[in-house]
Amino acid sequence: MLEILQNNWLLFLVGQYPHGPIGGLAMTLFMASISLALCFPFAIGLALARLSPYRWLRLPATAIVHTVRGLPLIMFIFWTYFFSPLVIGRAVGGVETLVIALVIYEAAYLSEIIRAGIEGLPKGQVEAATSLGLRYWPTTIKVVLPQALHNMLPSMVSQFVSTIKETSLGYVISAHELTFAAAQVNNVLLTQPFEVYGILALTYFALCFALTSLARFIERRISGDRGGTPGVTIAA
Amino acid sequence: MGYVFDLGSVLNGKYLDWFLIGLATTLALTMAAWCLAMAMGIILTLVRMIPFPPLGWFVALYVEYHRNVPLLVQIFVWYFGVPSLLPRPARQWINAHHGEFLLAAIALGLAAAAYVAEDIRSGIRSIPKAQYESARSIGFGYLGAMGYVVLPQALRIAVPPLINQTLLLFKNTSLAMAIGVGELTYRTREVESYTFKTFEAFAVATAIYLAISFGIMALGSWSGHRLKLETR
Repeated sequence: MLEILQNNWLLFLVGQYPHGPIGGLAMTLFMASISLALCFPFAIGLALARLSPYRWLRLPATAIVHTVRGLPLIMFIFWTYFFSPLVIGRAVGGVETLVIALVIYEAAYLSEIIRAGIEGLPKGQVEAATSLGLRYWPTTIKVVLPQALHNMLPSMVSQFVSTIKETSLGYVISAHELTFAAAQVNNVLLTQPFEVYGILALTYFALCFALTSLARFIERRISGDRGGTPGVTIAA
Repeated sequence: MGYVFDLGSVLNGKYLDWFLIGLATTLALTMAAWCLAMAMGIILTLVRMIPFPPLGWFVALYVEYHRNVPLLVQIFVWYFGVPSLLPRPARQWINAHHGEFLLAAIALGLAAAAYVAEDIRSGIRSIPKAQYESARSIGFGYLGAMGYVVLPQALRIAVPPLINQTLLLFKNTSLAMAIGVGELTYRTREVESYTFKTFEAFAVATAIYLAISFGIMALGSWSGHRLKLETR
């Protein structure tokens, strides 16, 4: 096992870079971060629409969230894979395809977390803001969201862990990331699949377990701050 | 582009058969993994109740491994890794008997078991300790208190999350296509590459996945209302 690591650690870390596209763990982390960052505005929009008093906003948002939750991620990846070249008008690489699919998929899940965070705030917050004369947007931006997002920090880290795990599906469309790198190593070595995939599993485990522990630590800190339970933590 | 969307072109003859075989395989894989997940989830919950710390650590490690490693990687470990550790006759048996289906079911079931164990545990935890204590004080033994008082209430609470796990398990069976299990996503790709009717093929698969998922979601929210305990 150690020998495989000694000979291939660079491939696991950055893929074929600098002799080819960057990949490996670096790409996995990059894709997970950028997907989460890009889906954030959509997620907030969806969450606000689902809590809106207007039916014409609430119903489509609810439909989107339920549709996304009802489909396997791999279906989204294939739809993006075939559709995005038509929309963009040029060939789209594996990494871009995966990021687009993840942004749509994660936005729906993250919006549920944000919605739970907003609904978890005491009603008095909105009432106090309204009675001070604030309208909807100032209330939302200056009072509701800052508190809701602060309470949701642990769930957000869990969501980052989910996203890291989901980037492994890039393997199916040959996006160069960690799982793809391990498959390459396995194809070269041929005889030690258990060791290669064991290293892969341990790498993901070390990364995701550290982040999950961080989420738990933040959760304890926040519930200490507020003397109550923070927003619902969605299991990674 | 002149692309004509024609569902009929993928819903006839052998292509329709492929979809149906794929759907049947997806459902069979879901069932097989579900049974394993429930059995293993209950075993893990029971093992965790034994007051011997190393057993608790083992269960915690089991749960953390399955929650922090991507499911696809777990499937690869089972499909590529584990058979290479087995003796040759066992490997040949696996290859001759659709090993990919069996190994995918094991990987999916064991991973879901970690979540099932957590759901049952949080169900048990949400029952106030006084329930157990009062049962003991009116003369129930440990098993009687758990079996007649704590578990019936805990399972009611655990049913909606467990139905949600079933939904996730159903969706996750699509990952088995990566190791060549002929389930719905795999068959869809086959239909697509034979007919070049990309959008029709994936529209059919999407509709099938959504129909079943919505069914499971409806069951989940129905059970959530139906099983809710009156709290005072």
